[in-house]
Amino acid sequence: MNGKMKEKQKKRLIRDWIFLGVSIIVAGTLMLIFPDKREAITSASSQFFMEMIWILPAVMILMGLFAVWVPQETVVKYLGKSSGIKGIALALLFGALPTGPLYIAFPLASGLIKKGARVSNIVIFLSAWACIKIPQEMVELQFLGAKFMAVRLVLTIVFVIIMGISIEKITEWQNKKTNKTQGSEDNESI
Amino acid sequence: MKLTVIFINIFALCCLLFALYKDKVKTKKALIIALRSSIRIIPAILMIILLIGLLMGFVPENTIAKISDEHSGFFGVFLTALLGAIMHIPSLLSFPLAASLLENGASYAIVATFIVSLTMIGTITFPLEIKELGKKVAILRNGMSFVIAIIIGLIMGAVL
Repeated sequence: MNGKMKEKQKKRLIRDWIFLGVSIIVAGTLMLIFPDKREAITSASSQFFMEMIWILPAVMILMGLFAVWVPQETVVKYLGKSSGIKGIALALLFGALPTGPLYIAFPLASGLIKKGARVSNIVIFLSAWACIKIPQEMVELQFLGAKFMAVRLVLTIVFVIIMGISIEKITEWQNKKTNKTQGSEDNESI
Repeated sequence: MKLTVIFINIFALCCLLFALYKDKVKTKKALIIALRSSIRIIPAILMIILLIGLLMGFVPENTIAKISDEHSGFFGVFLTALLGAIMHIPSLLSFPLAASLLENGASYAIVATFIVSLTMIGTITFPLEIKELGKKVAILRNGMSFVIAIIIGLIMGAVL
């Protein structure tokens, strides 16, 4: 599984570099055709580049530290059995700490459900994973400012909790109604 | 230099020093992971930065502001949520992109909706989500994320 994933990552990296090459060529030709736009394009690009480069090492180092100190086993261990307010808080915390794109979290979440974790906590965990990660929030702080970040963070947490609980209620209600267990097939991808 | 930059770097440095003090081997591992993920994300970062440059260069300054003004209500936010749901870029990069839209005159409502929808909804990863979590949870999660992206956007538009 590890080798397969590595190969996939390698493929993705090559694909990204090809995309980058193509966009450089496209941007270059556009700048050749429209020389009067050159100034605006390069100044905007370099401004955003500088803003990014000043925080990127810090963001990446934090991601690395979280990846090592909060391994998936820890998440599974604590999130599998907690419920109530503690469960919600842990789901938010464990969603916000580890790193990686959202699709990494799906098999993890599926494993947690099988271990008996509540649907509400899983949805909250996934949502926190998607959009309130700590390194991500730092990039948001840098580009959009403290006020924007803080308001969005608070609103997101509130609505994510509401969403998690609603989804749990809906699935429970439907399960009762149809009274049959949902056939989530065992997968080999984990 | 912006205060934010200093704050972020000091925060990361403190974490790093604390980690070093706690466990050197683990910290080294973390730094290797950091380096590896940096290399992995650099092409995407450069691409987004190039895209932002083109956006700033070719989209006339008032166009986005105008569109944002004309469709500042529910419809504009709805379209933005749709766009964010379809787009598939690393969430880390949604923020500079959103900032460039804001600089070009997009409203807070639009920008906030874009970020939430982009990060929470995955159309490309949807089949995987169905496979792992079941159809019901996947559809409910993405659908409700779409709705809360709009609600969060509208509230932020009203508050900020």
